[in-house]
Amino acid sequence: MTRSRFNIFRFAVPQNFYPLAGKLAPIFAVTAAVLFLAGLWISFFIAPTDAQQGEVYRVIFIHVPAAWMSMFIYLVMAFWSAVGLVFNTRLSAMMAHALAPTGAMFCFVALWTGALWGRPTWGAYWVWDARLTSQLLLLFLYFGYIALINAIDDPRRADKAGAILALVGAINVPIIYFSVKWWNTLHQGASVSLTKAPSMATTMLMGMLVMAFAAWAYTIAVTLWRVRSLILERERNAEWVNEELDRLEAAA
Amino acid sequence: MNWGSAEAFWNMGGAATFVWGSYAVTLIVIVVELILLFQRRKNTVSRLLRLRRGRSARRQPANVSESP
Repeated sequence: MTRSRFNIFRFAVPQNFYPLAGKLAPIFAVTAAVLFLAGLWISFFIAPTDAQQGEVYRVIFIHVPAAWMSMFIYLVMAFWSAVGLVFNTRLSAMMAHALAPTGAMFCFVALWTGALWGRPTWGAYWVWDARLTSQLLLLFLYFGYIALINAIDDPRRADKAGAILALVGAINVPIIYFSVKWWNTLHQGASVSLTKAPSMATTMLMGMLVMAFAAWAYTIAVTLWRVRSLILERERNAEWVNEELDRLEAAA
Repeated sequence: MNWGSAEAFWNMGGAATFVWGSYAVTLIVIVVELILLFQRRKNTVSRLLRLRRGRSARRQPANVSESP
């Protein structure tokens, strides 16, 4: 059997992924910071005042990317959970765990900014509309997932239980996304979709996309950093972790 | 450029509470997440180092009794 020089599955091994994550995380963190600053600049100084809403619409530049990210992270969690269940790979479950707090953070931001945007435009911070309610359910799914994996002592059982919750809960994501089409909601329909031209000024769309990419880069950086701690904890009996601890002790 | 003056910028066309309330809280939760993230890293490393020291300390007396 010939051995290929580069094998992507090499990085499914925690020992190999740990240093890779350590190298990649700062790159994504810097990318996120640059994109975030650029996004802020576009949001406040390039994007024009909205003809109908005035300045309050500028909440969109964090509201929409945060909402996209909260849904996307849940799907990625469900993906890694499925991989973990099927192939029994250790790292997949760790990735799912590492993603959850950031997903919950973006979910909270989407709800918070939505409330602050709803008050001046709809006259209410909160309404029990299908979009808002399903997004709130997503926040509870994140909390439930985090609580569940922390409540079970045996890591393998915690991984399995968490994976099942992540997979079942994933049904909620398309419900959130299509809720504005399926039901008569106070929340507006999608401003940006793959099938039709976006219903907003190009600079507004630009700001939103730059912020969305910033959120992506941020999520990747934070997740990689978090998974490094998880790997150390889970693999603490391995010899390579022992060597890593030697290095960290010497550096301290 | 959208803003004639710094006041106009901070005033956000009268929507200051809502716009700045959104951006400020977002920034705060991001900073909190980053602090928790690096605390976790520090805690993990110090806990593992402590565990290791505990293990080697327990091993030490056994080694002494074994050696003549």
